[in-house]
Amino acid sequence: MSGDSAASAPGRSGARPERPVGRKRSGSRWGRFLESGLLLQGGMQGSPVIRLFMRWVRRPLLPVMRLWRRNIQLKVVVTTLLMSLGVVLLLGFVVIGQVRNGLLDAKVKASQSQATGGFAVAKQRADEAASGTGDDVATADGRPAQNVIQWMSDLVSSLSSGGQGAFDVVTLPVSDADGTGGRGPRASGEVNWSKSVPADLRERIGSSTTAAQSYTRIVYNNETQDSQPGLVIGKQVNDPNGDPYQLYYLFPLTQEEKSLSLVKGTLATAGLFVVVLLGAIAWLVVRQVVTPVRMAAGIAERLSAGRLQERMKVTGEDDIARLGEAFNKMAQNLQLKISQLEDLSRMQRRFVSDVSHELRTPLTTVRMAADVIHEAREDFDPITARSAELLADQLDRFESLLADLLEISRFDAGAAALEAEPIDLRDVVRRVVSGAEPLAERKGTQIRIRGDQQPVVAEADARRVERVLRNLVVNAVEHGDGKDVVVKLAAAGGAVAVAVRDYGVGLKPGEATRVFSRFWRADPARARTTGGTGLGLSIALEDARLHGGWLQAWGEPGGGSQFRLTLPRTADEPLRGSPIPLEPKDSRRNRGLDDAGLPCGGDGEKRATVPAQPVSGPVPQGSKRDPIPPRVAPTADPTALPGNGSRVVPRPASGTRPQDEAAPGKQSAPDEGPSGREGTGRDEGAGGRIGGDPAARGPRDEDNGSAGPGGRESEPGDVDRQGEASRGR
Amino acid sequence: MMSFMKGRVLVVDDDTALAEMLGIVLRGEGFEPSFVADGDKALAAFREAKPDLVLLDLMLPGRDGIEVCRLIRAESGVPIVMLTAKSDTVDVVVGLESGADDYIVKPFKPKELVARIRARLRRSEEPAPEQLAIGDLVIDVAGHSVKREGQSIALTPLEFDLLVALARKPWQVFTREVLLEQVWGYRHAADTRLVNVHVQRLRSKVEKDPEKPEIVVTVRGVGYKAGPS
Repeated sequence: MSGDSAASAPGRSGARPERPVGRKRSGSRWGRFLESGLLLQGGMQGSPVIRLFMRWVRRPLLPVMRLWRRNIQLKVVVTTLLMSLGVVLLLGFVVIGQVRNGLLDAKVKASQSQATGGFAVAKQRADEAASGTGDDVATADGRPAQNVIQWMSDLVSSLSSGGQGAFDVVTLPVSDADGTGGRGPRASGEVNWSKSVPADLRERIGSSTTAAQSYTRIVYNNETQDSQPGLVIGKQVNDPNGDPYQLYYLFPLTQEEKSLSLVKGTLATAGLFVVVLLGAIAWLVVRQVVTPVRMAAGIAERLSAGRLQERMKVTGEDDIARLGEAFNKMAQNLQLKISQLEDLSRMQRRFVSDVSHELRTPLTTVRMAADVIHEAREDFDPITARSAELLADQLDRFESLLADLLEISRFDAGAAALEAEPIDLRDVVRRVVSGAEPLAERKGTQIRIRGDQQPVVAEADARRVERVLRNLVVNAVEHGDGKDVVVKLAAAGGAVAVAVRDYGVGLKPGEATRVFSRFWRADPARARTTGGTGLGLSIALEDARLHGGWLQAWGEPGGGSQFRLTLPRTADEPLRGSPIPLEPKDSRRNRGLDDAGLPCGGDGEKRATVPAQPVSGPVPQGSKRDPIPPRVAPTADPTALPGNGSRVVPRPASGTRPQDEAAPGKQSAPDEGPSGREGTGRDEGAGGRIGGDPAARGPRDEDNGSAGPGGRESEPGDVDRQGEASRGR
Repeated sequence: MMSFMKGRVLVVDDDTALAEMLGIVLRGEGFEPSFVADGDKALAAFREAKPDLVLLDLMLPGRDGIEVCRLIRAESGVPIVMLTAKSDTVDVVVGLESGADDYIVKPFKPKELVARIRARLRRSEEPAPEQLAIGDLVIDVAGHSVKREGQSIALTPLEFDLLVALARKPWQVFTREVLLEQVWGYRHAADTRLVNVHVQRLRSKVEKDPEKPEIVVTVRGVGYKAGPS
């Protein structure tokens, strides 16, 4: 019926305010719909055109989708609009249904009584006519029909005239076939009976003698008169001849529909207002909450950017205000702590600076006095002369110790600053090597430089890099037992590296980590011939870290050692690997030699290849627990994963350490991949301790034999990705 | 040879022990030291002593070393060697910018000190009559003068040496290390900031527009060279 279709009107109008906002959302949905729908087809046709089209459709929606994802206010407002729209629609349906029922009930009742009256009149007229003309029926066959036709027309006009246009009357024969003989259809008021009276109603009436009704649309033959909704009530009655015909009353419902659409219009307008207002209210309410949250977010960003004095504005005492207060308190505490730390750092730096000055001035005097005495020692008696020598020597040592201590404390105070500029490491290496020549000559060592055909340029602090390399070269010469020292340069990817290789006493397992510890000495019993301070490598490590680089050590007892400095080509770029493998190709294990230098089945016993460990970090306990080797993300902060990258291969004390037994290949190929790191990194702590135990070595040797020396070969250009242990904190 | 080395050295240091020790060492090397312990009196002592070189401690009571350095430089080009306990960047650079020619970090060896002093005084040993041109400048090496269109430009001995070193080989690009060796007399690599700071100071005197140097040209990544004549 017409009411049904009209009832959706408030909904339609109610949808309007929602549209501008809602479409964005539904737009993205639509996009997805389209996509999924088209993708199905596309899957069958495999057409890139469709994908292109989808991209074209989606592109303008992307900012909208992003806005939707990021803007909680928009989300809340849209949700509120949609939900209130639903509620309004529901309410509209209910209200309109009620109103319609109320209006129609009254009309139907009135119509029914009207129709019943009309049927009664028709019956009465038929009876009267039948009694008045009873004789004629038998005598003249054509006349009665003539009479009935006339009678029927009279009946229709008289019945309809009673309604004053409030209703129309239609008479129809019982069946269409019966339409001859003057009992054809008649209708008052130009009603098109065939369209206005529903067929099923006719059937129903034909099959019973009671009245029946139906809603319909009254159509007029008259072109100028519009069709209108109406109620039709019909009944089968007899004409004066006793033949049945159908009499219909058609009541137009124009008035009711007018009332109903008025109600609908009102409801729609009200609904629209309600929805819009709800949206506005939601916007306002959300804004109240969101504004402080956004402010907090903005201020938090500024705080983290270092503007510690930023605070939130706090008004009132509500939850938002509490949030603000808590936030401000947090910011204040942060600021306090940070400024305390800054003060501490400043004090430390100041102290170092003061100590430096206060110590250095008298030391200068002592130094000069000692030198004057030293110069004149030939005039002294032997005891005094020797004392003068000792004095001068130990003053040298004292001086360098003081310098190193101050340097270290500068690092500790975070006062060390990097002055990076592009430098060619070849120049630095040459300077360092020429500086170390006198010492090398004394030791009978030859220093060779490899890989200096190409420039090896990196952004670095030349002074610091030189200090690191001088340290490494001097160390190599000192511990090289007079054998050659090879300084190798290489650049690859985003990194440059310098490796200093010696063939001296080497390092015992575990020592590769400890060499970087402060005041650590390889062999306390050994003569301190050159009198290092014990801080050189610690400072070198700090220097490397300051560059964001690595300083790592590898060594095997009796097989020499290699120290490798890896620096990023450009400052601030994280290191991913080193152009030089930490373990040199000519390591005993790589050559497949045993301890005595004789070829063997691939004894890898001397795998004391521990890269630099962060000295200051809390080291070893965590290393074994660490289940995830940091190989996958080589940029991981090594101090966070103590022991990682270390490559000492432990020898199982009992020969049954499952992880060692299970992965011999890993340990034998530390340079090659994640697995290598995994195996070794985990074992570092143990390796250092167990490694020295000769009784425990047997099983390891077999492992290495199976791995084979060939597997260990790594190309010179290989990027050794592991062991960023010495990366900066 | 030693007779050339003779020179008056003013030691500005508040540490009496160090000053005395410096005196002993300097006298031993044939210099004539004089002393002043207070920054405020340093300038007066300088005027009175007319030293050939000033050894200046950066940390002084009264006026600090930087200020004294600036005052002395304002009225004389005499070589100034700073004594500093701090090798930290800022102190040294500030000292150099305030006019010091060289610096030496405590604790130093007497030989080191003497070598630095001699390197600064060496200039007077080599009077070679020579005329050089660099850009639109005319340099009279023996007469120790630099002229632009007849106008003479006052340079300190060190700045003069630097300019002469560049002008003698206008085709050559000098690395900072080479300049350190030739001008400052460092055998081994030293602080290249010395070169940077003094090139700036030199430029501020000889360039028409120090922002766009034409006399002392920077060769990026290498060093400096003389501008085309």
